Amino acid sequence: MIDILAPLKFKPSRNYSLTGPERQRALDDGMVNATWYQTPIERKVLKDLMKRRDGPALRDTAIWLGLLVATGAGGIYFWGGWWALPFFVVYGVLYGTSSDSRWHESLHGTAFKTDWMNDWLYNLASFMQIWNPVIWRWSHMRHHTDTTVVGRDPEIGTMRPPQMILMALNIIGLTSVPRNLMTLTRHALGRFTPDERDFTPQNELPKAARVARIHIAIHLMVWLSCLYWWTLLPALLIGLPRAYGVWFLLPIGLPQHAGLAEDVLDHRLNSRTILLPLPVRFIYWNMNYHVEHHMFPMVPYHALPRLHEAVKHDCPKAMGWWRTWTVLLPVMIRQVRDQTHYIHQKLPPGAGAPHFGPRAVH
Amino acid sequence: MAWVDAVATDDIDTDDVIRWDHAGRTFALYRTEDDTFFASDGLCTHEQVHLSGGLLMGHLIECPKHNGRFDIRDGAPKRAPVCVALRTYPVKIEGGRLFVDLPA
Repeated sequence: MIDILAPLKFKPSRNYSLTGPERQRALDDGMVNATWYQTPIERKVLKDLMKRRDGPALRDTAIWLGLLVATGAGGIYFWGGWWALPFFVVYGVLYGTSSDSRWHESLHGTAFKTDWMNDWLYNLASFMQIWNPVIWRWSHMRHHTDTTVVGRDPEIGTMRPPQMILMALNIIGLTSVPRNLMTLTRHALGRFTPDERDFTPQNELPKAARVARIHIAIHLMVWLSCLYWWTLLPALLIGLPRAYGVWFLLPIGLPQHAGLAEDVLDHRLNSRTILLPLPVRFIYWNMNYHVEHHMFPMVPYHALPRLHEAVKHDCPKAMGWWRTWTVLLPVMIRQVRDQTHYIHQKLPPGAGAPHFGPRAVH
Repeated sequence: MAWVDAVATDDIDTDDVIRWDHAGRTFALYRTEDDTFFASDGLCTHEQVHLSGGLLMGHLIECPKHNGRFDIRDGAPKRAPVCVALRTYPVKIEGGRLFVDLPA
């Protein structure tokens, strides 16, 4: 009998679990919490790059929230007519795509100088992403400690073989939104997977359950208000934009690590910087400078273009969006059949030697 | 405890931190904006990252990898993900040199 759901069933070539055999292998090989390559930068320059400021993020957050309010209001005003559509398209991208980078930058505590502002934005953007802010904080810490180390990194977005059909469905959040809601519901019930328990301290789990209950309660209120007023409008403003507005995130976010090496200790080899125009960088808060971000995570988003200039002589040549995808897509398609294939990033002449780490072959 | 001659005070810029290795261990030495000196273990208690790569903000040292922060006066953890205190050591200045009081 033909299994028509076979393309949707994920069969990774390696065991990406954080509690499986790859975890022990990573530990045994010295891949865990290892020393990573960093481009040498003069201390004074780096200190200046890491300096925190409130101004840029206050400005950008005011513009972002202002645009959300304006486009949301436009959608409500024109609700019932076609003119509502462009407003919801923009609102959706600002909500479903931009909140990803806001969540990310505030998690690192670098968006603002003032801590409560980072925490406030982090909680808001986590809710918009339908992510548990407690669990994801610890997940992302691990991602930075052991970036794309199999058996350790919980955020390897493109496990081999790449799940092309699932990724295509995810352009409108068809898999991620139900999965995120189910995960949040599970957390609200106090249930955590072995992987989540691996990277989250035990004493943080009750807090994670409490936060999940609050988030679920808000989502329920939104859907109850839809039923009460018999309109989809409340859900189109809160919750659903994570589905219909996430399409813009895939093409700019997926290249962060996709198609690159696993199990190396050099972000120049397992992360990718792409060059994007200013409006897109506003939406993505400069996370396209991903090699730079991983190499120096405490440099705020607004200083990443300067950091890029400071380290680009030592990093693979960054390409634009289109060129990146013309290289990446064929590799991902090939990885469906050949999971040993990946892009060997080329370093420029004079760059520091690649730091493969204990595993020269991966 | 024993006073160990670590570095010249001028080796540390104002409002900065440097790494100092001694007897197989690594330490972080700080000089605040008001010209006060401090010393602590050199590795973050969260994931063993060298704090000398981090940013000193007043009396807070930030781990350069995960945003965890410690108060360099007493080593108290001040921001997640760090939750275990950093060990700190007494310091004194003599003849333009910074001395750290280390366990014998």
